[in-house]
Amino acid sequence: MVNAPLHIITLVKWVPDAQLERRYNAEGRIDRSEGVLSELDEYPLEAALQLREAAQDREVRVTALTMGPAGSSTAVKKALQIGADDAYQLTDEALIGADIWASSVALKAAVEAVAGAGEFESGEPEYLVLTGMASEEGESGAIPAQLAERLGAHVVTYATSLELEPERLVVTRSGGTESQKVAVRMPAVVSVTDQANDPRYPNFKAIMAAKKKPLTRFSLADIGLRAEEVSAKVRVLTTTARPPRTAGEIITDEGDAGLKIVEFLAKERLL
Amino acid sequence: MSNVLVFFDVLGDALSPAQRELIAQAQSLGEVHVAIGAYEGDPTPALAIGGIGEVYLAETSLPAPEVAVVDLLETAVAECGAEIILGSATADITDALARLAVRLDTGIICGIAALNGELVATKSELAGSYTTMSQLIPAPGRPLVATFKPNNLDPERVDALLEAGDAPDGTVLPVRPSVGGVEILERTALEVSARPALAEARVVVAGGRGVEGDFTPLEELADELGAGLGASRAATDAGWIEHAAQVGQTGVTVSPQLYISAGISGAIQQRAGMQTAGTIVAINKDEDAPVFEIADFGVVGDLHEVIPQMIEELRRRKG
Ligand SMILES: Cc1cc2nc3c(=O)[nH]c(=O)nc-3n(C[C@H](O)[C@H](O)[C@H](O)COP(=O)(O)OP(=O)(O)OC[C@H]3O[C@@H](n4cnc5c(N)ncnc54)[C@H](O)[C@@H]3O)c2cc1C
Repeated sequence: MVNAPLHIITLVKWVPDAQLERRYNAEGRIDRSEGVLSELDEYPLEAALQLREAAQDREVRVTALTMGPAGSSTAVKKALQIGADDAYQLTDEALIGADIWASSVALKAAVEAVAGAGEFESGEPEYLVLTGMASEEGESGAIPAQLAERLGAHVVTYATSLELEPERLVVTRSGGTESQKVAVRMPAVVSVTDQANDPRYPNFKAIMAAKKKPLTRFSLADIGLRAEEVSAKVRVLTTTARPPRTAGEIITDEGDAGLKIVEFLAKERLL
Repeated sequence: MSNVLVFFDVLGDALSPAQRELIAQAQSLGEVHVAIGAYEGDPTPALAIGGIGEVYLAETSLPAPEVAVVDLLETAVAECGAEIILGSATADITDALARLAVRLDTGIICGIAALNGELVATKSELAGSYTTMSQLIPAPGRPLVATFKPNNLDPERVDALLEAGDAPDGTVLPVRPSVGGVEILERTALEVSARPALAEARVVVAGGRGVEGDFTPLEELADELGAGLGASRAATDAGWIEHAAQVGQTGVTVSPQLYISAGISGAIQQRAGMQTAGTIVAINKDEDAPVFEIADFGVVGDLHEVIPQMIEELRRRKG
């Protein structure tokens, strides 16, 4: 084999289900007592699986990595069912309330631990980290760049297509005002949008097979970090629930609804 | 007085409304300096605003995703002693400021609506269902890095806050493009709509699957109202309108005074991007469509009849 093996580490997050009511708890933190694998993290996982399937002459492993409370094991288990080869879960009390800064510190150490642990038959692997475009509940989209900065890796965000070439990855991304096709060498961190692919669903066979795949749990100490090194730099002072929107006046069109809307807009001084 | 560094990833011939708003926000916090990533010719005339301090440039223009903008920012922070670094909450700016926060060993708060004199940030969270206040845990010499969502100050208010001034001088810092970084193979400019930018528009007209392929009536309605044109993912996925028009969780978040939703069911991902609008008007032929749960005024009816009638009535009123 000519090409070095590639280790794709896909970050997956266990998040509160957006279809249900999400809330903050009394400590000013998002209530994480229940959750699901973030929908936005299914796209990078699918992208990783497609890269693996397309790389005929190259050893590619797809690892799912999550950081979160005990329940986050369901996120990596789902990733194993969808098709990841193995999985890691970073759980530690000291990570409760982690902000962007602290999360990227912990994820950097976790990615390095995972990349170091992988054994490949065809030589020293290169690694590629794939993430969702943003976390579903935080929505900042700042982790990929922070992680890359800490890893000394390149970063490409908002990828809409990915293609592996010898020694590089070609990515199409949507910048704000233009679409760009870029080439990046490993190691790299790439965030993948929901425009990139249609994530697959696990079938029964895959669900059964996932039970045999390795899932490793580790703590901060296992990856060489102390609690003080992941203390947040930002604190939340207050959280206030907005009163939910309520339905206003609903009419059925009797041939004059267009006029009625314009009347409503005029009355509300919106014209 | 604090020094505030404002980062523009691109500066054209004139400031965009979001850039003007950002300067107005920054001026309420201290003396404003500006760092510019990409530009053509001399970018400083666009900054002819009273009270602007230093304007920092690299040796050449640095278009995104050029990572050397982080070197530019790091050097500029040291030069002006910035205690606050601000940018808009767009992808390329977030990438640059997130890296900068690592280098400065400080916290970053993304997507804020306002920052007060005590540096407490107000932010909308969980798709607009919460408002939070947060701040940096104070430590000596630790600056705050934050990104702003646009459309939190009225344009009239921004105009009143920004006084005309002389074009400032540019200061060129010893920063050059990176070597061996991300290589750009191709760039294609996205079509720029002549309508107001979606995230900044005060009125948005949006269409979904119910539009059935033809956005012309919605375009006409948008033009009558001076509105930005948006869409659901079903409509952008179908290719009826460009992806940049997608409103929602994975599209643009809008918070206009008025949002008119036509032929959109109101899925949770769509609502995530528009439910903080001042007033929501919905047109849908299904009386059980979830969008009616959040509409201030709803019409159960066919948009192909209701929209043309609206356009006609708006034109009649204008005389
Ligand atoms: C990860 C992820 C991210 C997503 N992000 C987004 C996002 O950012 N934005 C987004 O919008 N969606 C997003 N979606 C998709 C979302 O779940 C919905 O599928 C989508 O919003 C549906 O679009 P729609 O309302 O136009 O279509 P539909 O749900 O099919 O609704 C069409 C509506 O039009 C009505 N209608 C049909 N004909 C007429 C007519 N003649 N007159 C009046 N009404 C009519 C129907 O009654 C129906 O309510 C996302 C999904 C996922 C999984």
